[in-house]
Amino acid sequence: MTTDNQLDLSLIETLSNLSGVSGAESAVRERVMKEIKPFADEIQVDPLGNLLVACRGEDSGPRMKVMVAAHMDEVGFMLTAEDDDGCYRFAKVGGISDKYLTGKSVWVGKEQVPGVIGLPPIHLTEKKDRKKIVPLKKLRIDVGAGSADRVQVGDRAVFATPFKRVGDSLIGKAFDDRLGVAILIELIKRAPRHIDLLAAFTVQEEIGLRGARVAAYKLNPECSIVLDTTPARDFPVWEEGVENAFYNTRLGKGAAVYTADSGTISDPRLVQYLLRVGEEEGLSFQFRQPGGGRTDAAAIHRQRGGIPSVSISVPTRYLHSPVSLVRLEDYQATLNFVETALKHISPDILSPMGA
Amino acid sequence: MDSMEMNDLLLDLLHVPGLSGREDPVLRYLQEIWEPLVDELRVSPLGSLEGVVRGKISQPRPKILFAAHMDAIGLMVTGYQGDFLRVTSVGGVDPRVLPGGIVTVHGEENLPGVIDQLPNALLPDSAPKDSVELKYLIVDLGLKEAELKDLVQIGDLVSFQQPPLIMGDKLIAGPALDNRASVAAITIMLASLQTRAPAWDVWVVATSQEEENMSGALTSAYTLQPDLAVAVDVTFASAPGTPDHKSFSMGEGIPLGWGPSVHPGLHRAFEKAAEEEDISVKREPLPMRSGTDADVLQISAAGVPTMVLSIPLRYMHTPVEMVHKEDIRAVAKLSQAFIDRLDANFLATLEWEE
Repeated sequence: MTTDNQLDLSLIETLSNLSGVSGAESAVRERVMKEIKPFADEIQVDPLGNLLVACRGEDSGPRMKVMVAAHMDEVGFMLTAEDDDGCYRFAKVGGISDKYLTGKSVWVGKEQVPGVIGLPPIHLTEKKDRKKIVPLKKLRIDVGAGSADRVQVGDRAVFATPFKRVGDSLIGKAFDDRLGVAILIELIKRAPRHIDLLAAFTVQEEIGLRGARVAAYKLNPECSIVLDTTPARDFPVWEEGVENAFYNTRLGKGAAVYTADSGTISDPRLVQYLLRVGEEEGLSFQFRQPGGGRTDAAAIHRQRGGIPSVSISVPTRYLHSPVSLVRLEDYQATLNFVETALKHISPDILSPMGA
Repeated sequence: MDSMEMNDLLLDLLHVPGLSGREDPVLRYLQEIWEPLVDELRVSPLGSLEGVVRGKISQPRPKILFAAHMDAIGLMVTGYQGDFLRVTSVGGVDPRVLPGGIVTVHGEENLPGVIDQLPNALLPDSAPKDSVELKYLIVDLGLKEAELKDLVQIGDLVSFQQPPLIMGDKLIAGPALDNRASVAAITIMLASLQTRAPAWDVWVVATSQEEENMSGALTSAYTLQPDLAVAVDVTFASAPGTPDHKSFSMGEGIPLGWGPSVHPGLHRAFEKAAEEEDISVKREPLPMRSGTDADVLQISAAGVPTMVLSIPLRYMHTPVEMVHKEDIRAVAKLSQAFIDRLDANFLATLEWEE
């Protein structure tokens, strides 16, 4: 186990606070570029805006090509039409429940101009209507009449949630997937020397895994590991005394390894390998409950003739809401788990199935 | 007070907590601000802050009281469940503004946390799945159970953590602008009295507990026995989803209350002062109770002629309330203009005549 992990919270803070809605990832890409430049052998930005980085190993002879992906984009909004008085209609980019919209503040555009999503006063609403979540079409992003010239239709917006450390936990927006991005940056900084690490900072994950698909084609790896966040629904059941059987993952239990989600059946050889490394090295990890949800692995594993893939996530509460919460120890555990797994990875773990 | 000072005052007022019944932090802040502006300052048994600028005419000198409530709405801890807290509301909170919000739990220390509704799979079958209800919400401080119980006790208050937002040079948004915007207005008025010599005693009261039961205003009015009372509060501003006929545009005139809670003669006197000073005003129909401190000021002791001044505010009782700074200034200016016009004979001219 690595003990010298100098954990860079300021990196997570910076990444979390940047705006990078799907299709508008530039600010994140620029920041990542700055971080990884001194450590990369090859860097390219592809036609969709994916940032593809190669860290070539030192071993002579054929080196295993391992793709590790993390998506730069986050869910958010786009202003779609202007109303009066600094108010704009808006659309969602990615999956956000309407219940998270009312009463929240947002940052609009590259300059992060403040805006709010209000709600008619409780005094003017009927009790029965307050039982209904207000649908998007009735809501506006209000930047104030005086600020209307600083934003325009087409601008993206994100929840205005500054990063903060809270005890053993971190809160902020866009942990999905800036935590994966932060881990991938750390991996590049200490890339293993026996393989070619092919890092993909992908775009447009939240609107259909579009970046990862072309990135995997271009990189053409032997296998891939996708770094993401996954819901921790480790809450109490409302009715006392009932056990929560749908927790997906739990905070404090370490890196979440996928066996299957709705987009990917993880490669069993990779899962077995991760299990073995985790147990032998005494790493903190858990299996994510198989079920819904998907990661970039769903696009990557179907690229070309097939790419054995597995996902590893940081368990995170309140994903796709204005504010997510993770335990610092789980972030560290995930970084450590992936780093250790890469250190020992070799082509023989992928011996043909059925042989 | 210049616009920079006003900005600072507003930002400070939005940062200081002070929920109904636990107004201490905002009370202490205001004590400091008001101290140099008044001749006498005291705290009522229910925690309202009462200050007076003494008038110049001889005793028995009449008194006018300006009340703006300083308490804010929020939540209160009702219990623990595992690593999480359960909460109820203090004042009128629409639960739909809560999921995904950041709050501050005022425990042993101020603890930031996240509030959300439990996932549907964990709710009882009877719970509607497309709704938000207070009883199904949990607050997550990122702490484990033992630590949580150490730092938080039942009854601790919970504020919205939304930081104030400067929206261009005219607007400001944030939680508790209801009614800190009005507290700012009467503070600006107090500052303006420094260079004038009012004829009457001018009492300013930052009242407690308005959002729950108006007990602060009721009891301060009893103690101070004013001859006139003015409640300064916020009203509905035109905004998406708010009907125009029930709201007022921001920055386009001060709504003057009109209805049973408002003395019609006093209303007209304010209207006249506004006209003479070229301050734009509108009539705000308040057909029954006003929903402001005026409702209790009016029925204090043998009854008090009462007025309501309003600041239009968008998205009332959400963490992102919004006001126009000129409206705050206009209320301060109108209040001061009205005080300027008070003389020894004013009360004799006042009649209840619609």
